[in-house]
Amino acid sequence: MIRDITIGQYYPAESVIHRLDPRVKLVGTLTFIISLFLHRSFLMYLVAAVFLTIVIKASKVPFRFMIKGLKAIMVLLLITVVFNMFLTPGTPFIRIWKLTLTVEGVKQAAFMAIRLAFLIVGSSVMTLTTTPNHLTDGMEKGLAPLNKLHVPVHEVSMIMSIALRFIPILLEETDKIMKAQEARGADFDSGNLIQKAKSLVPLLVPLFISAFRRANDLAMAMEARGYRGGEGRTKMKPLIYQKRDRMAYGVLLGYLAVMILVGRFAPF
Amino acid sequence: MSIKIEHVSHLYGEGEAFEKKALNDVTMEIPDGQFLGVIGHTGSGKSTLIQHLNGLLKATSGTIYYNNEDIYQENYDMKKLRSKVGLVFQYPEHQLFEIDVFSDVCFGPKNLGLPQEEIEARAKEALEHVGLGPDFYKKSPFELSGGQKRRVAIAGILAMEPEVIVLDEPTAGLDPKGRDEILDLVAELHQVRKITVVLVSHSMEDVAKYVDRLIVMDDGKVRFDGTPREVFSHYKELEKLGLAAPQVTYVTHALKEKGWDIDTDATTVEEAKNAILKALKRPLKKTVSEKTDPGKGAAL
Repeated sequence: MIRDITIGQYYPAESVIHRLDPRVKLVGTLTFIISLFLHRSFLMYLVAAVFLTIVIKASKVPFRFMIKGLKAIMVLLLITVVFNMFLTPGTPFIRIWKLTLTVEGVKQAAFMAIRLAFLIVGSSVMTLTTTPNHLTDGMEKGLAPLNKLHVPVHEVSMIMSIALRFIPILLEETDKIMKAQEARGADFDSGNLIQKAKSLVPLLVPLFISAFRRANDLAMAMEARGYRGGEGRTKMKPLIYQKRDRMAYGVLLGYLAVMILVGRFAPF
Repeated sequence: MSIKIEHVSHLYGEGEAFEKKALNDVTMEIPDGQFLGVIGHTGSGKSTLIQHLNGLLKATSGTIYYNNEDIYQENYDMKKLRSKVGLVFQYPEHQLFEIDVFSDVCFGPKNLGLPQEEIEARAKEALEHVGLGPDFYKKSPFELSGGQKRRVAIAGILAMEPEVIVLDEPTAGLDPKGRDEILDLVAELHQVRKITVVLVSHSMEDVAKYVDRLIVMDDGKVRFDGTPREVFSHYKELEKLGLAAPQVTYVTHALKEKGWDIDTDATTVEEAKNAILKALKRPLKKTVSEKTDPGKGAAL
């Protein structure tokens, strides 16, 4: 049950990508996503595919983990493709009953599918190679300039890392509560929708109570250790850019340049 | 009428990097009406074992028979099994959810599809058995003390009228008074309701006083199986498993080493007291130097 959740599904391995500064990976993911939406050209997506494949190879994460995220959006992907194929106006291609399949539609659908798939796989590279804590650290440091605009960057990232930390704990708790209620003959699987919703009450009430209790305990424990927010707080492992991080930025810049050029001048 | 466990193994996270064998070829039989204690340190597989008894976990290999029926066969009524083998989990917070104590105890029998009068009759009886009177019926389960919550949780299972009741660490987090009360309550239920009781604990003192039979789990295997007396005679091996025999076992063995002619079978304070008194009346063995004062020895 715990393994079904995709948030923070870190895959431990020893690789260049794993060792990169989380800020590089955040910026990299963002750059990759932006690059997908620059132009519409198949050659450009070929470049993106090659780049992504190299990064995945370098990350040493098995490919099947990378495409796990795709399964979750399969339905969304299908709907997008079907709607785009039939609802884009243009040159008719095939006519099925009242629906017209257009050449433009097929092209549009293909673009959308590729973009969505790359988007998911691209962000999976980041989440699979970075621990959630490392990721929030990177966000905090990367967004630190926003502090000047009175955005509570530290607080937001603290909230995020606590939330991520609590996911496995609450999942485990859910499992225990489900078992305790099943031992009293509760049935979470059968019945219609209303019955199913009702059957969740014996699960949700203890879960909420336990979540509040845990939150309370954690707040106390943090205060007991002198936590007062981000002001003047130092890090045990501060993020410092290394040579490899600068090189990674260089590679990213090169990739973006190639994408722009290909997008602009590609024949198809 | 019994629970038979045959060659049961359980793997967590099968086929993954985190694979762990929680149970390793466990075979045992729990006859009707027995008061069985299961002990082992954290991670020894005792909690995994008891979750197999009512089918919450399915064994990776092996079979379990309840009343000679294979519980893994197709169309086996799991719901019925769960009403026959009641499992009380360690934390009552995990199961209390209703607005008041009475409705919470009604949850189990309600799930069995019984008529309303029957449900209420059973709930009343169960609450009476755990020593909670009518003035508790309308209280919220969340304003009760730890011991009272545990009583409500036990009543919630009793109301289903199980033939076997399994309690996972029922005394965890309770003060000594609450602990004794809960254990006395369980012993009484065993007497009055004539049900089979399986008590899981990591405290030897808890179980020694009550159980007929003791099973020691370690690393997913059954290490010792016998009466508390037999099991505690292996107190040196128990220590290696991260467990300890009751304190009186150490006292009587220490006295024996000092040369006392003492019966080391005692498992409770009461028995130890009698053994020491008996030993005091006996003449000292010749091997002991004459200066040894038995009075001083007892003070140890």
